[in-house]
Amino acid sequence: MNQSHSPDVPTVYLDHSATTPTHPDVVRAMLPFFTKNFGNPSSLYRLSDASRAAIAAARGQVAAALGCSDHEIFFTAGGTESDNWALKGMASARHQDGNHIITSSIEHHAILHTCEYLETQGWTVTYLPVDQHGLVDPGDVEAAITPETTLISVMMANNEVGTIQPVREIGAIAHDHDICFHTDAVQAIGHMPIDVKAMNIDLLSLSGHKFFGPKGTGALYIRDGIRLDNLIHGGGQEKGHRAGTENVPGIVGLGAAIERVTADITGHRQKVGALRDMLAQGIAERIPDSHYNGHPEERLVNNAHFSFPGLDGEALLLLLNSKGIYASIGSACSSGSEDMSHVLRAIGVPPAHGRSSLRLTLGDDNTKEEVKYVLDVLPQVIERLREMGSF
Amino acid sequence: MYNETVMDHFEHPRNVGEMEDPTVVVEVGSSECGDRMKLYLKIEDDVIVDVSFKTLGCAAAIASSSQATEMIKGKTIEEAWNLTNMDVVEALGGLPEPKIHCSVIAEDAIRRAINFYRKDQGLEPWK
Repeated sequence: MNQSHSPDVPTVYLDHSATTPTHPDVVRAMLPFFTKNFGNPSSLYRLSDASRAAIAAARGQVAAALGCSDHEIFFTAGGTESDNWALKGMASARHQDGNHIITSSIEHHAILHTCEYLETQGWTVTYLPVDQHGLVDPGDVEAAITPETTLISVMMANNEVGTIQPVREIGAIAHDHDICFHTDAVQAIGHMPIDVKAMNIDLLSLSGHKFFGPKGTGALYIRDGIRLDNLIHGGGQEKGHRAGTENVPGIVGLGAAIERVTADITGHRQKVGALRDMLAQGIAERIPDSHYNGHPEERLVNNAHFSFPGLDGEALLLLLNSKGIYASIGSACSSGSEDMSHVLRAIGVPPAHGRSSLRLTLGDDNTKEEVKYVLDVLPQVIERLREMGSF
Repeated sequence: MYNETVMDHFEHPRNVGEMEDPTVVVEVGSSECGDRMKLYLKIEDDVIVDVSFKTLGCAAAIASSSQATEMIKGKTIEEAWNLTNMDVVEALGGLPEPKIHCSVIAEDAIRRAINFYRKDQGLEPWK
């Protein structure tokens, strides 16, 4: 536990699905590319050799993590850009084949808001429902397909409740119908083995800062033979598919981070899974009327998501903050309406549960002592708020 | 997001809890966001001699409840009637714009309690 607020208050960071600290090894790998090896990769002189070589190496690191070839990896400025590129690029490239897209109702806003934009441009979008655990039914995907469908986009794992989707089955259905399949894997990298070929994935988005890499870095995997219109136009970088001078330190950091986080996924799953189970079981045992949201098994190994009816999530978040515990909530009261997250609404969480929800997402930098501290503090804080709000 | 005064009232709310032998008790809820507040007043000779509350709501709702109860303690019911949610917000040193509405619940509770008291006294409720 880090000491920050005061000597008595530790810092326990349990919001890894929001972002992660850049790992010191990753920072170390990046540093030479700010000062010494600063050459523009597009320049022909020898100074730029190191930049070019570093980008090639990072491309190899990302490809190895996904089980694809180096030339199928394209660097972007993050998960949101990758999602935008996949959807707009595919919709536009295949607009003569059809104008229908299938996605789920619990996607990240980078997907949902891009779909809403495409609807204003003449596309139709089917937003598939999910069950009470947040699962998309592959049968619903098949049933939604029309002759106009050109793209199916379903996330690998949900950012709020952590539910892992049957991506392989959905990808197989897409391919049976000659439809392109995209998955937003931003939350999944490092937490589960990924093989884009075996999982029938044509396009995959990822974001560096979710796995101890730098912010502002990401990649889009584009399977060989998939034709995608460009999102960013300009210079000839990324083989003419993504313009703009490469973020060399960022790309180096992304490569180092994904290699590090996928080196021992089994070990990570054991370690973080044990901490998450200790946390979730401890909460269930110590806090009455607590409700575990999401899927009991098919969920991210680092995700615990609870509702504690009888209190307000923002109040809970701020009291935890004063105890040095950083987490996140599923809904916030703003501008006069209880604005429950679209994910909690889609899985049928009632409003009183939605407003009292708390997401705890762990990383392999968390410890047993930290989980014990949370299990000590959380019941007290919840009891206090429930006492204040019960009448 | 919140200033130090708001956080102080939120983390250490004044006048929290139930009251024995209150003169009047009211419960109000915000249909907009589901906040709820229960307010207890002890009134002697039209003066609020004691006040307590319970609130289910966000930090802004709890801090506003705490601040409002501090502002009406020892005041006449007429003075308390004239307290607006913006007076409470000002005393708290401001709230973020989307959270202003969370302070209305305390004003509502105080006014409703005062009119219950007036009706109980055989007086016309104020408008």
